[in-house]
Amino acid sequence: METKDINEQIKWAQINKDVLKSLVNPRPAYWVAVAICLLMLACAVTAEVYQYQTGIGTADLDWPQMWGLYISTFIFWIGMSHSGTLLSAILHIIHADWRKPIYRFAEAMTTFSLMTAGLFPVIHLGRLWNMYWVLPYASDRGAWPNFRSPLVWDAFAIFTYLTSSALFLFIGMIPDLAICRDNAKGWRKKLYTVLSLGWAGTDRQWRHFRKTYLLMACFLIPLAVSVHSIVSSDFAMSIMPGWHVTTFPPYFVAGALYSGCAAIITLFIILRYFFRFEEYMTIPILEKTCKLTFVIAMAWTYLLLSEFITVWYGDDIPAKEVLMDKLTGTYSPYFLTMIFFGSVLPFTLAVEKLRRHIPTMFVVSLLLNVGMWLERWMIVSPTLSFAYQPVAWSVMWPSIVQWAIVFGSFGWFGLLFLVFVKIFPSVSMYEVKEMIYHRRRANVEDQAMAYHRRTSDPQPVAELPGA
Amino acid sequence: MKHRIMGLFSDFEQAFEAIAEIRARKIPGLTVDDVTLKSPIEHPEIEEVLGERPAHVPKFTLMGACFGITFGFLMLSSAQATFLVQPQGGKPVVPLPTNIVLTYEMLILFGVLFTVISFLTLSGMLRKRDTLYSETVSLDQVGVLLEVDDKNAQALKSLFQRHKVVEIREEVV
Repeated sequence: METKDINEQIKWAQINKDVLKSLVNPRPAYWVAVAICLLMLACAVTAEVYQYQTGIGTADLDWPQMWGLYISTFIFWIGMSHSGTLLSAILHIIHADWRKPIYRFAEAMTTFSLMTAGLFPVIHLGRLWNMYWVLPYASDRGAWPNFRSPLVWDAFAIFTYLTSSALFLFIGMIPDLAICRDNAKGWRKKLYTVLSLGWAGTDRQWRHFRKTYLLMACFLIPLAVSVHSIVSSDFAMSIMPGWHVTTFPPYFVAGALYSGCAAIITLFIILRYFFRFEEYMTIPILEKTCKLTFVIAMAWTYLLLSEFITVWYGDDIPAKEVLMDKLTGTYSPYFLTMIFFGSVLPFTLAVEKLRRHIPTMFVVSLLLNVGMWLERWMIVSPTLSFAYQPVAWSVMWPSIVQWAIVFGSFGWFGLLFLVFVKIFPSVSMYEVKEMIYHRRRANVEDQAMAYHRRTSDPQPVAELPGA
Repeated sequence: MKHRIMGLFSDFEQAFEAIAEIRARKIPGLTVDDVTLKSPIEHPEIEEVLGERPAHVPKFTLMGACFGITFGFLMLSSAQATFLVQPQGGKPVVPLPTNIVLTYEMLILFGVLFTVISFLTLSGMLRKRDTLYSETVSLDQVGVLLEVDDKNAQALKSLFQRHKVVEIREEVV
């Protein structure tokens, strides 16, 4: 059974060769995936063109259901963006070196999720030509937006997060871009030469690089937590039943980490297959990611139960009615499915045999994200359907236009991601070299300790095991 | 006449042994401060070999964070102050709790931006690569680069050869 995170005998030159090969020689399934993503994107573009020409009414967004799938999916994509950068930064700070082969694509996932999320408020506006209205600026009457509003905080927080996580991704990639530059030809050489910014691997560059990367990681952890807390404030700071919940910020952050981790598992398995990365994206690393996902799933479940208990023992009758409707009313099939996928299914991650079985983990990770998407929908729609005024109670099934745009957003994300991993190395070559170097040294030190020697002492060959 | 000489070693240990000899002043006029090390990864004990060398990035990060706080709060409060003529209904013109959220975001944004700009400036990037640059440094070799006088060039090359240098590159400047 494979137990080591990475084969410590891989030569550094081999790492470069394997990763650089992935940029030009993926399996045919890669191109099939690109075609599927293009088709999905075409669905969304068609629906958006139709909505643009006919009007936002085609999306069935009408009072009281002013926030439908668009805002639910916006929250889903913001959540998805959390694990990549946040986990990468946390694991970097605590020196968990198993992150090294997988953090690059996870950080890319963050950037592309945010880019996808950013589309939804614009689509939700309906009038695309007024999209600049979502930006905070002074109007021609000199009136600024209301800085007390969480919706304005959203704009600031998402802009800050997108900028910072894109820079974090880029800075971490510079040494690898230099490797690509040294080995590429044609347009790729030109691209990598520009993007590697003259990296030469000098001690001065490494010294500043390390400091910069660490400082950025320190900034990104509180930033990521603040972003989803702010998104949760869109709901929690209102007085709508089911939304006015104190535990919403940690609940949203846990949900975000959860869906992000599940997405990392999905993309891990896909990349491992597409680019033949079996040597780098190993089963033990997948196992560690699964264990982490399980822990986060349990934290999310605890916060979900806390929300129920808070509402149940509180004296807010409308909030109780919304909760009961979620459990027994029109939305109950989706709500119960969400609970099953979000809180019961993760127990498969606790079983070692299943954790090590890639097809099972692939299906489970997809279903976990279905559960997390349902969670966002179940936050938005039931409250709007059953708010304070019974006269306004109505259940509105999203129109085909909304579904098509939501479906297509996965194609848009997938396409961005697949193009990225074809142009840029999805495994960090220099970090994997560091990982191997450190582990080899640690092995030598362990061996030396076992023989009561210092590493620097001469090694009597005859005493070493296997000699 | 000066010579720039780079020795390429197959691993860190040999390169470090060569630097240790330079540190021991085996070649007159050369100190460890003259050494530039080029490597595919950063060695964890590099400071023990080359000595403490400064990295001033955190100072700029602090400056960026301070600028972000100041800019963020002033921008918000000056925008809110344009409403002075309007009745506030008992609410403060400049509400501190809500402004803290956006000020915090500005702190992080400018902290990150200043960090990145200072990295690009201080690390000597954004300039043409050294003519002695070897692509093997990004692969698996470690380069030790020094600038020496004419009279010491041969001594340095001999020092490198004593430590099993793989290749020596040289240019006259």
